[in-house]
Amino acid sequence: MEHLNFSFDGGQPASAGASPIVVGVVSSGNLEVMVEPSADDARCSVEVNTSARGFDHVWAAVLADFFARSQISAVRISINDVGATPAVVSLRLDQALEEFRGVSAWRT
Amino acid sequence: MANMKHSYYEAHARQRLYGLLDEGSFKELLPPAARATSPHLPLLDTPVAFDDGVIVGEGQLAGRPVLAASQEGGFMGGAVGEVHGAKLTGLFERATGRASGRTTHPPPAAVLLLLESGGVRLHEANAGLIAVSETMRALLDARAAGITVIGLIGSSVGCFGGMGLVASCCDTLVMSEEGRLGMSGPEVIETAHGVEEFDSRDRALVWRTTGGKHRYLCGDASVIVEDDIGAFREAAIAALDRKRPLTLETLAAEQAILETRLERFGKSHDALDVWRALGVEAPEGIALLDRDAFVEAASKARIEA
Repeated sequence: MEHLNFSFDGGQPASAGASPIVVGVVSSGNLEVMVEPSADDARCSVEVNTSARGFDHVWAAVLADFFARSQISAVRISINDVGATPAVVSLRLDQALEEFRGVSAWRT
Repeated sequence: MANMKHSYYEAHARQRLYGLLDEGSFKELLPPAARATSPHLPLLDTPVAFDDGVIVGEGQLAGRPVLAASQEGGFMGGAVGEVHGAKLTGLFERATGRASGRTTHPPPAAVLLLLESGGVRLHEANAGLIAVSETMRALLDARAAGITVIGLIGSSVGCFGGMGLVASCCDTLVMSEEGRLGMSGPEVIETAHGVEEFDSRDRALVWRTTGGKHRYLCGDASVIVEDDIGAFREAAIAALDRKRPLTLETLAAEQAILETRLERFGKSHDALDVWRALGVEAPEGIALLDRDAFVEAASKARIEA
């Protein structure tokens, strides 16, 4: 297991009052992403727990890309990963943010 | 949207649960943000899930208050660890009012179990075994208190091991053809008794031994539905008031059915032999029938329990 922490500054605060959401499942080649509102308006913090050791630079790159796309702040993102590929991680992050912002329809 | 089908088999635990209950009615207890995760898995350097693989909470079904749990087979095969089991036990204790903080007054009409589990989570050993037995006791307490317990099986992992026993304790068991129910899973049987006894890669064999059609014919499942979340929902609504009283008489009657079953089919080598002995016409064709045609074909032959 590897435990990684990242933080990105300068994004736009997510809409206030959003509820925490989870997407994905902790299974081989997959991950779960939880997005929660955070009181820290200026920051997007990301905590990663992954079974795959030695990929911290890949996580840094994938998360930097995600932040460049989303420009989100005032959120706490928590990830449990079992060796998902960077592409899967990116898709899950985008899906999580869509759900958090209430764009997606399954959870009503 | 009303006629649109959503596969129960393909859906994740959350999708199944939200689709089954009245829209917007579900309130999760111990949600992922509470981080009630396994204390055992980190010691084994294994990733946890924020909900420990089961979603529990309260909601409504056809306007009536219910409690519900949904297991996620994707996380460790839906296996029951200490926290996962405690969430199930707590749900039943909430139903009977034994847990503090119950918000459903009067007691819920039913507890729904959306089952998908390989049984006890071996990583958690005795804690998992105890968790399953506590769940079973809490379930029977709820039934004794007059609360209906409905089990639903139609996901890829099926329902095996200790959770297979829990399933068999329900008032009503709803299955789809795709659902599977058993004690030892196919791989376990093959490992213990050899591939000649049971070839776990023979999908037709696996399904006709543990699948929904066989369980319906044998009376283990009371209802068989199509692989559609809406169909499971309708079956659950219809089962809300179907109670099997827990009395000495009903238990003796169930025991008699099981003894007769063993007598009649104990020597059968294949489910096809069982179906033939039950009086099913053209048992070889059973696997190919759609749900309605199958129910028709099964109507005269199946054991009703």
